[in-house]
Amino acid sequence: MKELTCIVCPRGCRLRVDDNMNVTGNACPRGEKYAINELTNPTRTITSSIRVTNRPYTLVSVKTDKPIPKDKMFDVMREIDKLSIEAPTHIGQVVKENILGLDSNIVITKNIE
Amino acid sequence: MKKVDLVIIGSGAAGMAAAVEAKRNGIDDILILEKDERLGGILNQCIHNGFGLTEFKEELTGPEYLQRFVEQVKELKIPYKLNAQVIDLSKDKVVTYSSKEDGLVKLQAKAVIMATGCYERNAGAIMLPGDRCSGIITAGTAQRYLNIHGLMVGKRVVILGSGDIGLIMARRLTLEGAKVLCVSEIQPYSAGLNRNIQQCLIDFNIPLYLSRTVSKVIGKDRLEKVVLSAVDENLQVIPGTAMEFECDTLILSVGLIPYISLLNYIDCPTSSAKGAVVNQYMETMINGIFTCGNCLHVHDVVDFVSDEARLAGRSAALYIKDKINRNANRINVKPGNGLSYVLPQFILEDSLEDIVIKFRVRKPVQDQIVWIRSGETIIMKQIKPVMIPSEMVMIKIPKEKLAGIKEDIIVSLEDR
Repeated sequence: MKELTCIVCPRGCRLRVDDNMNVTGNACPRGEKYAINELTNPTRTITSSIRVTNRPYTLVSVKTDKPIPKDKMFDVMREIDKLSIEAPTHIGQVVKENILGLDSNIVITKNIE
Repeated sequence: MKKVDLVIIGSGAAGMAAAVEAKRNGIDDILILEKDERLGGILNQCIHNGFGLTEFKEELTGPEYLQRFVEQVKELKIPYKLNAQVIDLSKDKVVTYSSKEDGLVKLQAKAVIMATGCYERNAGAIMLPGDRCSGIITAGTAQRYLNIHGLMVGKRVVILGSGDIGLIMARRLTLEGAKVLCVSEIQPYSAGLNRNIQQCLIDFNIPLYLSRTVSKVIGKDRLEKVVLSAVDENLQVIPGTAMEFECDTLILSVGLIPYISLLNYIDCPTSSAKGAVVNQYMETMINGIFTCGNCLHVHDVVDFVSDEARLAGRSAALYIKDKINRNANRINVKPGNGLSYVLPQFILEDSLEDIVIKFRVRKPVQDQIVWIRSGETIIMKQIKPVMIPSEMVMIKIPKEKLAGIKEDIIVSLEDR
């Protein structure tokens, strides 16, 4: 039996997972999916910000458009550090495809005119 | 003096949602006043994800969430002014703002919605003991420096207070290369959401010390050391329990306070939630001045801010069209056993809307019955397995259930 805190939504359900991967304590189906994922292949979404080269003192926020393996968080951060972009930017714009071969893109999350 | 039907002060999650809803309810003459250079308020610096699950049924970052509302504001052609700081609001709803573009402007509004958000308690507010050196900064300020301006606030960090922004910053600073030594919380329980304890602290092996606070900060110019001590049940430091941490930065995440100085100037009554006293329409004790979002009470989830703001926007529209009977009987709503506050604080009889009672518990509790009573009458009874102070509780009362209710309504907890 393993106990987990669900991080899918602000409710933060206390999940219990038995040896046969039966999940209890979840208020919605996303909790079950999270618990199984967390015990087999834990992933996280990374958010950060990068320089906008043609605007003074300006950053734009970015995220991984799919969660990446938890143990790759710092590697992904180091890659994001190398990125920059020119304005205008728009939400969803891909800055870096398939980062580190993890099947996740770094995308813009803020519109800058 | 220029006249405007509805002035909305602040363009954050609350201000924009209120504006959109007022417009959709037939108010065309609206002006949003925003002090910053962009719409969106504090969401601009909340670049982490986890927003929008209730509102949009998907997980968004702060800037993505706010953009959805910016698009609605632009689509509905709702006028707004940026870099416009409101400096005065009078009881008869004259709004004075100052901006570089317009100078000093006075507007006569029919209704006003205050959506000014909240501010952070700082070192002075908690009487932080020790030296007054640099390197002591609130979590929201650190967040703005890092996420908007790209500036790191320090390399070795201690965080005081387990509020959500502090937890979010623990993760953010760690990912950006700082060493976060610990989070210290004076209460025996965390002030932040469970999910943030998991994904911001446990994920990065950052210890959370409960019932422990800063007993001294030491530093000549820059912060050099923070001393944490255990506290007893009265939150007093227990001698001989000191732990020392060498660090260059202390981040404070020790509470948010509704920002309502404009209302304080006109003696608008306030509640134990530290915002204005309001009725079910989110209207303050001053006719036609409405309030919503974090300047009414501090929320844990932005989706609930947007929802509350829509109620204020809808109500302001009703007020402008003179549909709210302000001479209706007034029923007080009071926090009873176990509650730190309850909202709304009073209800005008013959409500046009169902009423959502919102409250927070004083301390974590399990297996409770929430009673909503008026004298001998039980209006609602609800069982709650778990409630914690960091999560706002909401219970909807259909308006029919209030028919005939005259006496004060008390919301209280009882063990099952």
